[in-house]
Amino acid sequence: MSATVKSGEAVGPGAGKTRATGARRVRAIRTKGGLSVRLDVRATAVGLLLLAVALAAAVALIGSGDYPMTPAEVLAALTGGGDAGQQYIVHDLRLPRVLVGLLVGVAFGVSGAVFQTVSRNPLGSPDVLGFAQGSSVGALAAIVYFQADAFGVAAGAVAGGVGTGLAIFLLAWKRGIHGYRFVLVGIGASAMLYAMVLFLMTKANIVEATRATTWMTGSLNGRDWDQVQPLAAVCAVLVPLLLFFGRPLRMLEMGDDAASALGVRVDRVRVVVLLAAVVLVAAATAAAGPISFVALTAPQLARRLTLPRRLRGGGGSAPMPGPNLVLSGLMGAVLLVAADWASQRLFGADQLPVGVLTGVLGGGYLLWLLATERKAGRV
Amino acid sequence: MTPRRRPLLRSAGLVVSVAVLAVIVVLGIAVGAKQIPLDQVWHGVFHYSGSDTDVVIRDVRFPRTLLGLLVGAALGLAGTVMQGLTRNPLADPGVLGINAGASAAVVTAVSFFGVTSLTGYVWFAFAGAAVVNVAVYVLGGTRGATPVRLALAGTALTAVLIGYINAVNLMDTAALDKMRFWTVGSLASATLPTVTAIAPFLAVGGVLALLIARPLNAIALGDDQARALGARLTRTRVLAMLAVTLLCGGATAACGPIVYVGLMVPHAVRAVTGPDMRWILPYSAVLSPVLLLGADVLGRVVARPGELQVGIVTAVLGGPVFIYLVRRRRMAQL
Repeated sequence: MSATVKSGEAVGPGAGKTRATGARRVRAIRTKGGLSVRLDVRATAVGLLLLAVALAAAVALIGSGDYPMTPAEVLAALTGGGDAGQQYIVHDLRLPRVLVGLLVGVAFGVSGAVFQTVSRNPLGSPDVLGFAQGSSVGALAAIVYFQADAFGVAAGAVAGGVGTGLAIFLLAWKRGIHGYRFVLVGIGASAMLYAMVLFLMTKANIVEATRATTWMTGSLNGRDWDQVQPLAAVCAVLVPLLLFFGRPLRMLEMGDDAASALGVRVDRVRVVVLLAAVVLVAAATAAAGPISFVALTAPQLARRLTLPRRLRGGGGSAPMPGPNLVLSGLMGAVLLVAADWASQRLFGADQLPVGVLTGVLGGGYLLWLLATERKAGRV
Repeated sequence: MTPRRRPLLRSAGLVVSVAVLAVIVVLGIAVGAKQIPLDQVWHGVFHYSGSDTDVVIRDVRFPRTLLGLLVGAALGLAGTVMQGLTRNPLADPGVLGINAGASAAVVTAVSFFGVTSLTGYVWFAFAGAAVVNVAVYVLGGTRGATPVRLALAGTALTAVLIGYINAVNLMDTAALDKMRFWTVGSLASATLPTVTAIAPFLAVGGVLALLIARPLNAIALGDDQARALGARLTRTRVLAMLAVTLLCGGATAACGPIVYVGLMVPHAVRAVTGPDMRWILPYSAVLSPVLLLGADVLGRVVARPGELQVGIVTAVLGGPVFIYLVRRRRMAQL
C-alpha cells in the first residue's frame, strides 16, 4: 500500500446529493499492484469507534457480576495474567457469555440490515416477520414435548426458524420473490405461529412455562462454550458471504429495474441473501433466544451515524448510501452487550434477561421511528 | 346480475346467513366433551329442570355460545369498520395490534393494580385499545399509507406489546399462570355474569358501527369526494374509532385477543354484497359469530376430550386467508 489519492467525491447512488452537502469524504486507496479500494472516511471512523465501544462494553461486562473486577484485571486475565480464580471466572464463566453476546449482536445486526434492504422498509426486520415466533415454536415444542436440555432447545429453535423461513419463502414465491410479498406473508405467518406458541404455553406446566417465557424473552445468562462454537462457525461462513453481496444489495435499494439494468441478478441475489440471513437469525436465536429489536434498530442506528444530517431517515424514497452491513453488525454487537451490561447494573446480576431491556428500549425507538417515518410520509 | 335483482339476493342471503348462525348456535350448545341431543338442548335452554344435562347447558354451553355470538359479531364489525376507515384490505383488530393493546393493558391491570374482575379490567382494555387505535389511525390516515406499511406498523406494535406482556409475566409468576390461558383467546371461561357485564359495551359499539355505514361508504371514495358528498369526516372518524375501541376492548377483555376474525369475514362478505357498507356491516355481524362459534366447535371436536382454544383455531384458519389476500394481484385495492 503506497499512495493515498484523494478522489474527490463519492461515486455511485446519491453522489450528486453528497457533493451538494459536501459532508461525505470518500478516498480511494491504491496499491502499486493495481488494486484499489474506496474508503468512506466517515464510515470507517464510525466503524472503528463502534468496534472500540463494543470491546469496551465487553470488558465492562466481563468485569461485572457477583465478583466485580476492574477493567485492568479483566485484561490481565484475558491475556493470561491474574490469579487462578480470576482466570476461571473470566475464561470459563464470563467470556463465553460475552462472546455469545457479541456474535448474536453481529448476526442480528447484519441479518436485520439484509431484511430491511430487501423489504425496502425500516420495519421489515426478522423479529417483526415470523422468525422469532418460528424459532419459539421449535424451542417450546422441545421444552414441552421432549423436556429437552439446552442443546435440544437450541436444535428446536434452529429447526423452527429455518422451517419458518423456508415456508415463508415458498408461500411468497410467485414468479420470483418480491420484498413486499415476503414481508406480508411473514406477517401472516407470525400471527399463526404466535398462536402455536400460546397453544404450547397452555400445554406446559408452570415450571416449563416459566422456562419457555425466559427463553422467548432472550437471555445471555449461563451461556458457555457449547453455545459459542456453533454460532461462531455459522457467523464465520455466513457473515462474509453476506458482506460479499453488499454491493448488489446496495443496487437493490434503488429498485428492481435500476438494479437489473446495472447488472444485478435481482432474484438470485434476493434468494441467496435472504436464505443466508434466515439461517444466521436462526443460529443466533438458538444461542440466546429471540432477543427483540436488535435486528430492527441496529441497521437504523448505523445508518443514522453515517449519514449527513440532511439525508437522515430510512425508507424507500430518500437518497441513501445503501446498507452498511459491517456497521450494522458492529452496532448490533454494541447494542446487545451494552444492554446486557446495563440490565445487570440496573436490576442486579441475572435478575432480568437482556431481552426485556432491548424490548423496552427497542419499543420506544420503534415508536419514535414510526412517528418520524410518518412525518416523512414513508410509513 | 341486474342491479334490480341484487337487493333481493342480498336480503335472501342475509336470511340464509341468520339460518346458518342458528344452526351453529345449536351445534355450539350440543357439541363438546359431553354430547347433548337436540331435544335436550331445547329443554335445557327453555325448560330448566336441574338435571345434569341442563346444568351443563345452563352453566357452561349457553353462556359460552352467547359470548361467542357477541364477541364474534363485535370482531367482525370492528374489522369491517377498520377496513373502511383506513381503506386498507389488511386491516383487522388483530393484525393492527388493537387486541394486543387491550391485552397489554389488561395484563398491566392484573399484575400491577391487582384488578381481577372483568368489570375492573374492561376499562383498562378500552384504554389500551383506544391508544393503539389512535396510533394506527394516525399512521394509516397519512396520504400514501400503503397496506404493507400499515400492516408492518401494526405488527411491529404488536411485537412491542407482546414483549411487554412477556416481561410482566416473567416477573410475576402468579400472573403468568393466570394470564397464559387468557392471552390465547378462549371462550372456555365464559359465565353468564361475564356475558351480561360485557354485552352493553358491545351493543353500544355495534349500534355505532351500523349507524356510520353511510358515511363510511363516502369515505371509501377518498377524503375529497366524501367531503363533497356532505360526509362529516371528523365526526365519522371519531365515531368509528369509538366503535372499534368499544368492540375490540370489550371483546378482548371478555375472552382474550382473537386474530383474523375481523379480517376474514368482511372479505368473504364483500364478494357477495359488493362494496356497500350498509350491507357489509350487517352481514359481517351475522357471519362473524358463525366463524367464531364454528372455530370454537371445531376446537372442541379435533382435540376431544380436551379442546383447542378458539384463538388458536382462528389464527390457524386465518393465516392462509391472509396469505391468499397478499398473493392476489390487486392486493392494494379494497
